[in-house]
Amino acid sequence: MFERIKHMLIKEFIQIFRDPKMKGVIFLMPVIQVLVFGYAVTTDVKHVATAVYDQDNSPASRELVSRFAGTEYFDVAEYIYHEGRVTELLDHGKVRAIIRIREGYGDDLRAGKTPQLQVIVDGTDSNTAGTVLDYTTDITREYSKQVLSRRYARLQGQPVDPPRVVLDTRPWFNANLESRNFYVPGVIAIIVMLITLMLTSMAVVREKEIGTMEQIMVTPITPAEFILGKTVPFALIGIADVILVTVVGVFWFEVPIRGNLALLFLATGFYLMTTLGVGLLISTVSDTQQQAMMSTFFFYFPAVLLSGFMFPIANMPESVQWLTYLNPLRYFLVVVRGIFLKGIGPLILWPQMAALLVMGLITLWFASKRFKKTSV
Amino acid sequence: MSAIRTSKLKKTFDEVVAVDDLTITVTEGEIFGLVGPDGAGKTTTMRLLTAIMEPTSGDAWVAGFHVVKEAEAIKERIGYMSQKFGLYPDLSVMENINFYADIYGVPRKGRSKRIDELLAFSNLTPFKQRLAGNLSGGMKQKLGLACALIHTPKVLFLDEPTNGVDPVSRRDFWRILYQLLREKVTIFVSTAYLDEAERCNRLGLIYKGQILALGTPDEVKQIMPGAILEIRVADSRKAYQLLKKELREESVGLFGERIHIVTRDPQKVESEAAKILQDAGIDASAPRPIEPSLEDVFVSVLAEQERSEQAR
Repeated sequence: MFERIKHMLIKEFIQIFRDPKMKGVIFLMPVIQVLVFGYAVTTDVKHVATAVYDQDNSPASRELVSRFAGTEYFDVAEYIYHEGRVTELLDHGKVRAIIRIREGYGDDLRAGKTPQLQVIVDGTDSNTAGTVLDYTTDITREYSKQVLSRRYARLQGQPVDPPRVVLDTRPWFNANLESRNFYVPGVIAIIVMLITLMLTSMAVVREKEIGTMEQIMVTPITPAEFILGKTVPFALIGIADVILVTVVGVFWFEVPIRGNLALLFLATGFYLMTTLGVGLLISTVSDTQQQAMMSTFFFYFPAVLLSGFMFPIANMPESVQWLTYLNPLRYFLVVVRGIFLKGIGPLILWPQMAALLVMGLITLWFASKRFKKTSV
Repeated sequence: MSAIRTSKLKKTFDEVVAVDDLTITVTEGEIFGLVGPDGAGKTTTMRLLTAIMEPTSGDAWVAGFHVVKEAEAIKERIGYMSQKFGLYPDLSVMENINFYADIYGVPRKGRSKRIDELLAFSNLTPFKQRLAGNLSGGMKQKLGLACALIHTPKVLFLDEPTNGVDPVSRRDFWRILYQLLREKVTIFVSTAYLDEAERCNRLGLIYKGQILALGTPDEVKQIMPGAILEIRVADSRKAYQLLKKELREESVGLFGERIHIVTRDPQKVESEAAKILQDAGIDASAPRPIEPSLEDVFVSVLAEQERSEQAR
C-alpha cells in the first residue's frame, strides 16, 4: 500500500515541478501575498491630506492649525481662500479632510465665548473618516483644556493645572499597533487554504479530463491509496508554504513569533485536513478544471470574508456570526495569531484545535465517501 | 476454459438501459470484437467487465473471477485501454510506463527486460525520453497499449483503440495485437470499424445494449436475411433514388458506384430492378448476387431491428 502511495507522490511531484507556472504559484504567490499585506495593506490612518480654510487668520487660529499640522496624522496640503475650492478639493479626492475656522474665532476666544471649529471629512471610506474624526476630537479636546487652564491662570494670577484623570493606554501583544503584525500571520492561513484547495481539486479533475482517472481505476490501486496520493503532495506543499511565509514574516517584517512552532505545525496539519477535504469534495462535483476553479473561489471568498481575517466577526450580524463557526479559517486564524503575537499555548487554544480536528475528520471522511461514488 | 463469460448482464442508468441481458462467452486466446454504432453500449460493457462499474443485475466472470465479488483479483489480471489514452502528457514515455509498472507492483527484477520488449514491439524505443503529450496519435496509442501490458495481463480490454488513428498506424496496431495472441493473451476489443471487426476471431454485434448477432465473421454474415444484389452504375445516385422509390419492400444501399439491394427474394427482385433501370434509360450492369460484407450485414440487421421496433 505504501509503495503505491509513494509512487503516486513521486509522479505528482514530477508533474508539479515540471510545470514552471506551478512553481510560481507555489513559491512566488505566497511571497507576493506577504509583501502586499506587509507593506501595502495597512489600516493605520496617518498623514491624511488636509486643507486649511482659515477665514479668521488670527494668531489664535494659526495656533489651532499648528496643533493639527504638528501631528503625524495630518499633513496640510493646501490653504484655501474661497468657498468653491472646498467642494473642488473633496470632489477630486485631493484631500480627505478640511479644517475650517470662521472669521471671528480669535475674537470670540478672547471674549470668553465658545467659538466653533468645523472639520469636513470625506466620508466615502467610512473607516478612515471615523478614525480621522477621532483624531480631531482628541486634538480639539486637548487644545480646549490648555485654553481653559490659561484662562484660569489669567484669572487667578498664577498658572493652574486643574486636576484631571490621565489615561494611560497600553496595547498588549502589538505594542505599536502595527497592521502587519496582524495581517502577516493571517496570510499563512489564507494562502495555505487557497493553494491546497486549488491544487487538490485541479489535480484530481485533470486526471478525469485526460482520462487517466479511468485508467488508474482499473489498476489494483484502492480509492484510499489514490486519495492519499493526491492529497499528501499538496499537504507537503502547504506546509512548505507555511514555513516560507513564516520566514519572510519573521525575518523581513520582524513579526514576532512568541509561541511554540511545533504547535503551529500541528494546527496546520489539522487545518490542512479541512482544506484538502474541501478540495477533494470540489473535485467530485466538477468535471472540468474551469468548474473546479470556479467552485474553489465560490468557497474561498466567503471563507476569507467571514473568517475575521480583515473584518472582525464581532461586527457581523448574529446569523452570519453563527455561519462563521462552520469556517475552518476562523479557527485557524485564532490559533495562528495566538501563537505569533500572544505566545499562547494549547491550554488556551484547545477549543480551536479541537474544532479544526473534528472538521478535518468530517470533511475528509465525507469527501472520500463521495469520491468513491463519483470517481467512475 | 473461457476467459470472459457473462450471464444476463444488465446495466441501467436511471431510465436508460445501456446493456441489456448480455450473455456472451470469450474463449481463452482469441480476439473477440464487440461491434456496434456509437452509443450502442460498448463502453459500458467494457466498464462492467473491467470491474470499474457494477452491473444492475446479472453476472460476469473474467479470468475466472466474478466482476463484483472478486473485482480486486480481476484488476491484477487484466489490462485496459480506454478511449482516451489515459497517459500523462507531461510525463515522458519511460515515466508513464514506469508509473503504471509501479502501480501494478511489477517487481523491479525483470522489469527493464519487459519494458524493453514492449518498447521494441511498439517501435517506441527511440522516443523513450519524449513527453507523451508530444507523441503522434498512433504513438500515443501504442504507448497506451504498452502501459496496459506492463504487468503481463491475461485478458486485454481495448475500448475503440484505433479511434482517430491514421490507417497505417491502425494496421501496425493490429499487427501488434496478433503478436499478443501468440503469447496466449485474450483480447476483447470494441470497435465501430467493420474492417477491424473482420480481423477478429469472433464478434458480437451490439445495438441498443443488445447482442443482435454472435459468431465468427463468416457465421455473422450467414445470419443475414436474404441475399444481396449488386448493381454497378455510373450515375449511381439517380439510380439509387429511383430504386429506393420503386422497391419499397427491400433495403437499398449506396456504396460509391455500387448499389446493394438486400432482399429475401433475389430472383424476383433481380428482374424487377433490371426492368426499372431499363425503363428509366439508365445504363447499368445486370444485378448479380454477391457475398455480403460485414457492412451489409450490419446495415441490414440494424435496419431490420429498427423496422421491428417501429412495428411494435
